[in-house]
Amino acid sequence: MQTMNIKLTINTRKYEMDVDVRKSLMDLLRELGYTSVKHGCGVGECGACTVLVDDIPIDSCLYLATWANNTVIRTTEGECRDGKLSAVQDAYVEEGAVQCGFCTPGLIMTTTSFLEKNKGKELSREEIKTGHAGNLCRCTGYQTIINAVETASKK
Amino acid sequence: MFPIEKYHFASSVGDAVQALAADEKAKIIAGGTDVLVRLHGGNSDYDRLVDINGLSELKEIKIDGEGNILIGSLATFTEIMEHEVVKKHLPVIAESLATIGGPQVRNSGTMGGNICNGAVSADSACAALIHEFDLLIEGLEGERTESINGFHTGPGRTILQKGDLLKYFCVRPENYKGFSASYYKYAMRGAMDIATIGCGAAVKMNGDVIETLKLAFTVAAPTPIRCKNAEKAMENKTITEETLQTMADALEEDVKPRDSWRASKDFRLHLIRTLAKKVTQQAVDNQGGTH
Repeated sequence: MQTMNIKLTINTRKYEMDVDVRKSLMDLLRELGYTSVKHGCGVGECGACTVLVDDIPIDSCLYLATWANNTVIRTTEGECRDGKLSAVQDAYVEEGAVQCGFCTPGLIMTTTSFLEKNKGKELSREEIKTGHAGNLCRCTGYQTIINAVETASKK
Repeated sequence: MFPIEKYHFASSVGDAVQALAADEKAKIIAGGTDVLVRLHGGNSDYDRLVDINGLSELKEIKIDGEGNILIGSLATFTEIMEHEVVKKHLPVIAESLATIGGPQVRNSGTMGGNICNGAVSADSACAALIHEFDLLIEGLEGERTESINGFHTGPGRTILQKGDLLKYFCVRPENYKGFSASYYKYAMRGAMDIATIGCGAAVKMNGDVIETLKLAFTVAAPTPIRCKNAEKAMENKTITEETLQTMADALEEDVKPRDSWRASKDFRLHLIRTLAKKVTQQAVDNQGGTH
């Protein structure tokens, strides 16, 4: 099958490879070992596969791997540096915002970009909900997730 | 792996047009939030793709010296709704696009795709209709301009021909200057949902009098529609309970809602009448009218 040569950075590591044009970015990332990227609904509704492409959150299940050419991808693995959790990851732990954990990596990436975009802004719970509307938690642990976003925003 | 049979990454607008013309079954893929969902479901109507994501010129959003606003067909919903030109001159577009999906979908999906896939429920369609978008299309015969009025011909169908590629939306100054507008999406959920009914209204006021009303609906007929009877009923009237009621009555000549699993025809008709009044009132209020 047809392939395309792409260059991309995943977290801090640089890659160059030929990828099948039919492959989703989610599949590519999981094959490379970035298994924090979860295969949930596969149709862009649950957000479990959320990663940042040039700091913008997208559903990697609805994103061709070839589109990642010349971009920087961020996944939850990369947010943890030198064994130290990021402020967002830390807040999720602190608030107990994790139940089964399947939605957590996607939510961490959504929160990370949401707080980077709204840096220094006072955020209402309603704004936090709207900003996280693309991520589902099937355990329905939304209150603690919103608490975690609030806590992270003050860090 | 998506079941893609044939894939062409277009290197230019002309190259995309040639690739589309050369293959009867070829479909354009832009943001992928519709096409990849259909492919995920195994729909073979979408297995021969012309990918336009390399055509970065189609991402452009700008206003020219004469006040024409150009929005590239490949600009994402987020790029459009956060653009200063759109926020300043066409706030109803930003308002409409904010109701689409969730953040991730808006970061990938495009208004070009939303209009060209012919969806009856397209959230950008009301704004496109009330601001009378022109569509700049590149085809086998070269470039041409089509109006959004009449662009949609049926559910999932448009006037686009083999080889056609939408390049830009153009909003002429006479279609937005002096107007204020509003959009309301009625859906079962606050996000990640398809409209049960969508309603957009734009008004141009002369004091308290509505000089011009442009009223559009989605899911109220087999295509997104303008409501000429209702618009005429409101022309040169002030907003009162009575004039709004007369407009809502006239509206029944314009719409043709249907039963579906999402909502019954009667409920849709109720929504249409209610929203026409509410959204028209809101459009007037947005201009700083007296009510």
